[in-house]
Amino acid sequence: MTTLYWEEEIETLPRVGLESIQLTRLKHLVARVYATVAPYRAKMDAAGIKPADIQSLADLSKLPFTVKDDLRDNYPFGLFTVPMEQVVRVHASSGTTGKPTVVGYTRKDIETWSGVMARALTCAGATSHDMIHNAYGYGLFTGGLGAHYGVERLGATVIPVSGGNTKRQITIMQDFRSSVLLATPSYALNLADTMEELGVDPKSLALRVGIFGAEPWSENMRAEVERKLGIRAVDIYGLSEVIGPGVAMQCLETDRGMHIFEDHFLPEIIDPDTGEVLPPGEKGELVFTTLTKEAFPLIRYRTKDISRLTYEKCACGRTMVRMEKVTGRTDDMLIIRGVNVFPSQVEHVLMGTEGVEPHYQIVVNREGNLDTMAVRVEVSEALFSDEVKTLEKLSRKIQTDIKDLLGVSCKVQLVEPRTIQRSEGKAQRVIDNRKL
Amino acid sequence: MQVEQIAVFLENKSGRLAEITATLAYHGINIRALSVADTADFGILRLIVDNVELAKKVLKDAGFTVGITNVVAVEVADRSGGLAQVLMTIEKARLNVEYMYAFVNKSGENAVLIFRFDEMDKAIAALQQDKFTILSGAQICAL
Repeated sequence: MTTLYWEEEIETLPRVGLESIQLTRLKHLVARVYATVAPYRAKMDAAGIKPADIQSLADLSKLPFTVKDDLRDNYPFGLFTVPMEQVVRVHASSGTTGKPTVVGYTRKDIETWSGVMARALTCAGATSHDMIHNAYGYGLFTGGLGAHYGVERLGATVIPVSGGNTKRQITIMQDFRSSVLLATPSYALNLADTMEELGVDPKSLALRVGIFGAEPWSENMRAEVERKLGIRAVDIYGLSEVIGPGVAMQCLETDRGMHIFEDHFLPEIIDPDTGEVLPPGEKGELVFTTLTKEAFPLIRYRTKDISRLTYEKCACGRTMVRMEKVTGRTDDMLIIRGVNVFPSQVEHVLMGTEGVEPHYQIVVNREGNLDTMAVRVEVSEALFSDEVKTLEKLSRKIQTDIKDLLGVSCKVQLVEPRTIQRSEGKAQRVIDNRKL
Repeated sequence: MQVEQIAVFLENKSGRLAEITATLAYHGINIRALSVADTADFGILRLIVDNVELAKKVLKDAGFTVGITNVVAVEVADRSGGLAQVLMTIEKARLNVEYMYAFVNKSGENAVLIFRFDEMDKAIAALQQDKFTILSGAQICAL
């Protein structure tokens, strides 16, 4: 099989050449950010670093980290480096305390993004001949539109089907002959099960490959998707802060890791406790510096995703470093049906509900192939009523408030007092029963 | 003329009702009437007992969420149409019943209807005007 490349020269560039490009871009980035963004300048001044101190890629470790709180503190546009008239689009993802994390793109950023996304699609063997079924959600979430622009850039046909309405999606797959599926892996399994219910044989479809991301999934799940849909299932990685989908992509030659598009996104692995940079191959927190983004660049952004990097040569010929499938988080963030959920957000809603005590628990299950979230709330005397309708109104209110704030539906279970385990020190807020 | 009723929150799991009744029995508390409202996820047990304060204390000590609500107890003759007459009075006054339950007293001649109305005071006034017998907590316990 011949490997397909989108930009062969840069994707297969010897590392020394790649690193030289990275250094040039890094110097330029640091100088620009220092000159234009007050919060970055303040942080660098506090650390005693000037742009001129960055003379090698190793000097990157001298720069202060950027964390999600920095994004929140400068909500919504405080970390943008260009005037708003140059920003052509914004996206947002859920934040830890109710305020979303907002990201912005210039026209060139959109080009960069659709370029890396086209590269990612090509990694999975997609070409301009493909009919690409994009079941990522469209909207503020970067998944839908990010993938959409990549497909158009590739020159393939995009079906902007978005999420939901599963039966219609299957009809579209049959009638339009969808050949590449973009979805969350759990939604792919949902599609497979619905096909079985409807008596649709996946072999009768034109589907060849699925590009799955936006939520954690295991090798077992990969095997299940591949078996049930009769396709190759490959992994894509991205996060809205860095750009969206298309930060890293698995190629067809290996199941071991995703190529990070390093000419745009410079990765590091650090010890999450000390902040020290770890040598290649060690497991730790993934950190990204965006080398080419204009509107919303990030310097050493801590993703809180746990992974490791390998610089081993890949059979596909790409020289770009591979990151292992994300195996965990350094914080308590949950991903429910592709939506980031922090227990603190749920707590925020509960504390805003009169009479609710701070004893709650989030229970996550995978029912069939869909993740479900239940919030268990203890019924205190202040909440209790002898009337069913009052209690049902209360649980509906909490459900609606959580849906409004987090964008994910949940079930609220009222439980008797002291039934939620009290622990010494840190309470166990989350019970995740998903076998990932 | 209102009667204090104990309400207890129940999760839908086996053995909870037994625990409540055993707790009351252990402290010598007698249940005069009860009803359970249940939903798919939880239930509410409502009780008329002979010692409200003690019942509340022992159930709270046993870890239950307990509330006290006022209800109205109406005594009617235990014959066809007894309840219908009460409800006609309530309808005439344009009031609503939130919930109700009933029991027949030992003699078997009269029935006692326990009501929770949306507007308790207006309901009591309407019932008194139509000459219904409203019982106090002490009267219920003495039945």
